[in-house]
Amino acid sequence: MTTTIESPELIEPEEPGGPDAHGPGGHGPDDHAHEHEHHGPKGILNWLTSTDHKMIGKSYMITALVTFFISGAMALVIRGQLANPTSSLVNFQTYNELFTMHGSLMLYLFAGPFAFGGLANYIVPLQVGAPDMAFPRLNALSYWLYLGGTSVMTLSFVVAGGAASFGWVAYAPLSNSINSPGAGTDMWLMSLGLTGFSAIFTGVNLVATIFYLRAPGMTMFRVPIFSWNMLVTGILILIAFPVLFGAVVMLFCDRHFGTHIYSVQGGGVPVLWQHLFWFFGHPEVYILALPYFGIVTDIIPVFSRKPLFGYRGMVFATLSIAALSTGVWAHHMFTTGVVLLPFFSLLSYLIAVPTGIKFFNWIGTMWGGQISFQTPMLFSMGFLFAFLMGGVTGVLLASPPVDFMTHDTYFVVAHFHQVLIGTTVLAGFAGFYFWYPKMFGRMLDERLGKLHFWFLFIGFWVTFVPQYVLGLKGMPRRIADYLPTNGWTGLNEMSTVGAMIIGFSFLFFFANLIKSWRRPVPAGDNPWDGGALEWFTSSPPPHHNFTHLPPIRSERPVWDYNHPEHLKDEGHGDKRHREHDEQQESVGASA
Amino acid sequence: MAIAAPLLLGGCNFYPSYGASRGATTQGQDTFKLYSGMMTTGIIIGGFVGILILFTIIRYRRRSESMPKQFHESIPIEILYTGIPVLVVAFLFLFTVLTENNVDATVPVNATVTATGNPVEHVTVTAFQWGWRFSYPEHNVSISGDVTNGPGGHGPQMVLPVGQTVQVTLVSNDVIHGFYVRDFNFSRYALPGVTNFFDLDILHTGTFNGQCTQICGLYHTEMLFSVKAVTPADFQTWLSGEVAAGHTLQRDLPTAANTPPPYTHVTPSNALAAPSSEKGSL
Repeated sequence: MTTTIESPELIEPEEPGGPDAHGPGGHGPDDHAHEHEHHGPKGILNWLTSTDHKMIGKSYMITALVTFFISGAMALVIRGQLANPTSSLVNFQTYNELFTMHGSLMLYLFAGPFAFGGLANYIVPLQVGAPDMAFPRLNALSYWLYLGGTSVMTLSFVVAGGAASFGWVAYAPLSNSINSPGAGTDMWLMSLGLTGFSAIFTGVNLVATIFYLRAPGMTMFRVPIFSWNMLVTGILILIAFPVLFGAVVMLFCDRHFGTHIYSVQGGGVPVLWQHLFWFFGHPEVYILALPYFGIVTDIIPVFSRKPLFGYRGMVFATLSIAALSTGVWAHHMFTTGVVLLPFFSLLSYLIAVPTGIKFFNWIGTMWGGQISFQTPMLFSMGFLFAFLMGGVTGVLLASPPVDFMTHDTYFVVAHFHQVLIGTTVLAGFAGFYFWYPKMFGRMLDERLGKLHFWFLFIGFWVTFVPQYVLGLKGMPRRIADYLPTNGWTGLNEMSTVGAMIIGFSFLFFFANLIKSWRRPVPAGDNPWDGGALEWFTSSPPPHHNFTHLPPIRSERPVWDYNHPEHLKDEGHGDKRHREHDEQQESVGASA
Repeated sequence: MAIAAPLLLGGCNFYPSYGASRGATTQGQDTFKLYSGMMTTGIIIGGFVGILILFTIIRYRRRSESMPKQFHESIPIEILYTGIPVLVVAFLFLFTVLTENNVDATVPVNATVTATGNPVEHVTVTAFQWGWRFSYPEHNVSISGDVTNGPGGHGPQMVLPVGQTVQVTLVSNDVIHGFYVRDFNFSRYALPGVTNFFDLDILHTGTFNGQCTQICGLYHTEMLFSVKAVTPADFQTWLSGEVAAGHTLQRDLPTAANTPPPYTHVTPSNALAAPSSEKGSL
């Protein structure tokens, strides 16, 4: 660590107050911070050479959002093709490339990097009271690997033979050199290698930062849930991504160096790819989901004006989801006929228990609160309903016979889009609207934000509820066309209309961004009356984040600081913490 | 609950269909009952949670600037909402295992009659890029084709008898394919290097559409087939007709001698008609 924060001290008490109590500059960067900023280069050189977690986090987020919009445009073409039977908007080859790239870009290059490269990079050091990530240069390397991986993946469209066209799961032997001979497949593999290492480095950084750079007073059970979830995500990354990298290297050897790891004729086992891929792939689902659970868990207490209900239950639920997620990979392989069904079924079912705990904790947090529905809270509520239906249908799919009847149909497509859009888009944009004022020092427009939400939310249901029914009516996934006699036309039309509504909703988002840049409304340090440490510093925070810190006696030190009159009526849990601290302090004093 | 309403498409007896097929096989019926029961459970639990969320956000919406009571936890309630889901999951898992044992049960590979004396018909299904071969080794009959064959150009047709146990042997020599018939509520991978077996006890005559569900390359979309279930007498008539027409194993069955080398694109050159060289007529 090249820098240290100043030792925390109780700063002079100010008038406690609610939102906007501290205007811009209330705890703004002092001269010391400015000194730091003046050392570095400016403009594009600053961006290229920066090791500041805030700069890297913003770069990650912008790259991930660009990827999201490219991939979203592909989804609209896919929905256009499926809007009616005998459609010829695109040919089969292009269609196969489109759904492969849509899934690959969304899952590998948007959903994960937006959360653990973007939001977590920016927010975690602030939440734990650290000046930067533990390894700033490694952090910069992560971003550049990620940008390289994203470019390689996206550019594979222009090589001879086109992009990869075997689905985002790349099952062997379809992905071997005979069935997928083009350079597009090699670029797909290369991209996974680059972004895989980028994710591993970020995982190392998150774990090290949360374990070793917490501010004095911040015990593990005072770390905000978003950072807790990022710690668990980091650990899952370290478990899952090396396995993916190994699988990818072996596939590359099969393709180019004459090995037969996944090919039958050389004594290899094609299904090995599925085992390795899903041993990465199912933890990956929670690598994608846990950060977004964390966002929502941070937002709901703020807008309910209450502490999180069942903080420790939440932590244990997250840990058990992570532990279970390493033992459920073969529920993606129930129809292979070569896995032990009851074992993977039972473990998959059990994930419903900690997930249910999270739901009830979110409800318990809102219960008895004073809930206001600004845009971040509105998106979080949208997440609750989307994830509820995605979660319930997920429980059905944990049953092997039900999986037999719905595997590889649109039922599964609808299920995972509800889960993934619920988390990465609804909860993801909740986080974006929540922390944007902190990152840029300016507010986003509430009216445009709410319009964005309602169009997105309605479009979401119109798109994906028909897809459940389509799956039950027998429509397989990854088909480019269907027959008029199948009876799938009406539902597909409806789904396409929904997708267009989702696409339309983002116009409000762009309008909102433009408005905030042309007519900025200053955000102040703490526009939402947030409780975690990121709300104690200025918006945007100075170089190295803090000039001083409040005393940390719970998971929301800034709220305690701003509302000292409520310290007495807090629950017994916190009182225990305080008593423990007082004991420790007296021990320290006597020593 | 509103979000579940579109799924309530079926009838209203003890097992609402929720948009699914009730199953044309014994196995499919078992699966359907499990699905229907789980859907009902899911709608009740999901509905309860959804209504609880709605109630909470309406009841506790901000109506004043006062600060609510700052409570953190309630251990008894947390234990309750951990314990009850464990019981629900245990209950669902029990029914899953019972159904799974029925659906996955197969008669011994070379059996000619079931334990109850019912005759067993053996069919070998070979999936290839991009079509299907249905072989009846006991009757010297083999049908194969891609999307350009069969009635209406909808792929080859597998004819099966009702009232008998049909054991399907499922293989692939090139890439992974998915054998799926919607009305059977069943799918299984045709996996290179693995021979999969499953039993079908078809309950009534009819024609059921099937399709490859696992992406298998360029013409995955067109890898259609159908299953025609007929009475055992009609089945025998059909078999003799096919033998007379020369659709025999000697021509079509992949034996050691004529099995194409793995990973060669199997073009059905000896199929009923020449494969189309362009996008089919979908």
